[in-house]
Amino acid sequence: MPQTSDVMSGLGPVPNVRPTLRQRLVRGIGPAGAAYVFLFPWLAGFLVLTLGPALYSLYLSFTDYDLIGAPRWTGLDNYTRIATNDPKFAASVRVTLTFVLLSVPLKLAFALGIAVMLNRGLKGLTLYRAIFYLPSLLGTSVAIAILWRQLFSGDGLVNGILGQFGIDGPSWISTPDTALYTLVILAIWQFGSPMIIFLAGLRQIPGDIYEAAEMDGASKVRQFWRITLPLLTPVIFFNAVVQTIEAFKAFTPAFIISGGTGGPIDATLFYTLYLYQEAFGYFRMGYASALAWILLVIIAFFTAFSFLTARYWVHYDD
Amino acid sequence: MTDAALTPMEEPRAPGRPVWQSVLIHLVLVGISFLMLYPILWMLSASFRPSQEIFNSTSLLPSQVRIEAYPEGWFALRVSFGQFFWNSLVISILSVVGNVIACSLAAFAFARLAFPMRNFWFALMLGTLMLPYHVTLIPQYVLFLNMGWVNTILPLVVPKFLATDAFFIFLMVQFFRGIPRELDEAARMDGCSPFRIYWKIILPLSMPVLATAAIFTFLWTWDDFFGPLIYLNEMSQYTVQLGLRSFIDSTGTSNWSALFAMSILSLLPVFLFFVFFQRLLIEGIATTGMK
Repeated sequence: MPQTSDVMSGLGPVPNVRPTLRQRLVRGIGPAGAAYVFLFPWLAGFLVLTLGPALYSLYLSFTDYDLIGAPRWTGLDNYTRIATNDPKFAASVRVTLTFVLLSVPLKLAFALGIAVMLNRGLKGLTLYRAIFYLPSLLGTSVAIAILWRQLFSGDGLVNGILGQFGIDGPSWISTPDTALYTLVILAIWQFGSPMIIFLAGLRQIPGDIYEAAEMDGASKVRQFWRITLPLLTPVIFFNAVVQTIEAFKAFTPAFIISGGTGGPIDATLFYTLYLYQEAFGYFRMGYASALAWILLVIIAFFTAFSFLTARYWVHYDD
Repeated sequence: MTDAALTPMEEPRAPGRPVWQSVLIHLVLVGISFLMLYPILWMLSASFRPSQEIFNSTSLLPSQVRIEAYPEGWFALRVSFGQFFWNSLVISILSVVGNVIACSLAAFAFARLAFPMRNFWFALMLGTLMLPYHVTLIPQYVLFLNMGWVNTILPLVVPKFLATDAFFIFLMVQFFRGIPRELDEAARMDGCSPFRIYWKIILPLSMPVLATAAIFTFLWTWDDFFGPLIYLNEMSQYTVQLGLRSFIDSTGTSNWSALFAMSILSLLPVFLFFVFFQRLLIEGIATTGMK
């Protein structure tokens, strides 16, 4: 092959270069070593900031610890007190469960309803989608919590509007019976991100299924219940799990609207807020660690429960 | 609305739909849009209103536009909001840099390199996604307290350089797996080291996922309230979110228009991200299911 040799001779003799420092390093540590170099930041973070602390907080949950002295082993004391003699714990669980069980289904219902409406080849889809998504993006900020505190206060906007109809509303955020519902409304207001996920799911449903149903004379309502909803169950399942976990972790709005107290009379004492008060208000670090592990168990229970029941209602293609 | 919501979806661009039905749906959607945006628009207009007018006006147009609330709010606390914005900006940018570097390094190892215990570490990494941060909160606080890091930005920023936001690792692993393997195999044949493959091949091809991670890190860090609340005690260190909280605590409800003015300013960066990166945000959510 003359051409090849021509090319080779054109390049001249192969230069005898020493490998660079980096090349020698790479060869020195081998491929597995190189992989661990990439993995190092994560691995260090995992061991020092996640695994170690998780185990240490499990230990702390069996102690009495105020940050000043050493942790003092108290066995199951924290847990028994939580279970038997802590009205604030009971209140915070009640508040949080009410919040989760109200806000998640309502938020998902809104998200699905609007997504179905938007998925009809409307003009202006991107504009509507953007408008509905905006509150999700802004909603976790302190600014929106402040706004909510004004909207639902005694002389706030909501009562201003009601006043025009001659209704004299209470101060919604300082009435124990209604305070939590203002937070539920705030959560529903942020239905935008599950809506976007529903829209993506709706796109995946092939149009010819609906055509076939149409031929067979299925009404639109029937098509929704028999086609759209079953085919969307994996997305509904996903959204439900993600939103439930998020709802359990909600903190900022309750903190801002109640001024950090969880009031009026513990009506907005979210679990995370109670944990914060115990840890950073009273510096009962052992007790707060026990609360954190109970939260982990509650969330794990809900997640496991949804995964176990999923096989009865979530429809997968195969 | 429920009626329309329960109506089954039609195939896109359904030609046979009567006009009145389209008009009706648009009316419903416009109504909902207005209802959703009304509180934010009202807050915007309230920030330009005299305080006493806020309580008896439900309209969106102020009777007179006054901008005094903005300077009033800006200098209402011992430390100006300029300092708070600067602090938030520094923390957010450092978090973005940390997350993008550390998460992409780890993701590259998981997606492209073979090493002992890879599946084990990967499973653990996925496991941390489910872990509520409360479980690690207190020992982390004790650790940072003993290192003398409390009341500095280090506890908020350093963890990002250690890839503690495992979600983004997962996101990047998914993306890197979609890049054709032939590319890095060819490069390896030519004697490219893994570091060069990461830097010269994978990263340049992964701009969409890196941008998504960067944008969401910025937004989440900017909005974060809990972390700064725990670690920053001195007002000169406060982020915007903490500044707003001090504002409402100190002035209470006496100066709503100044409070709203600062609230609007705190939302402005988020809003700008929304305007300029809407596509990336929405695609990011649709494909990954982020909150």
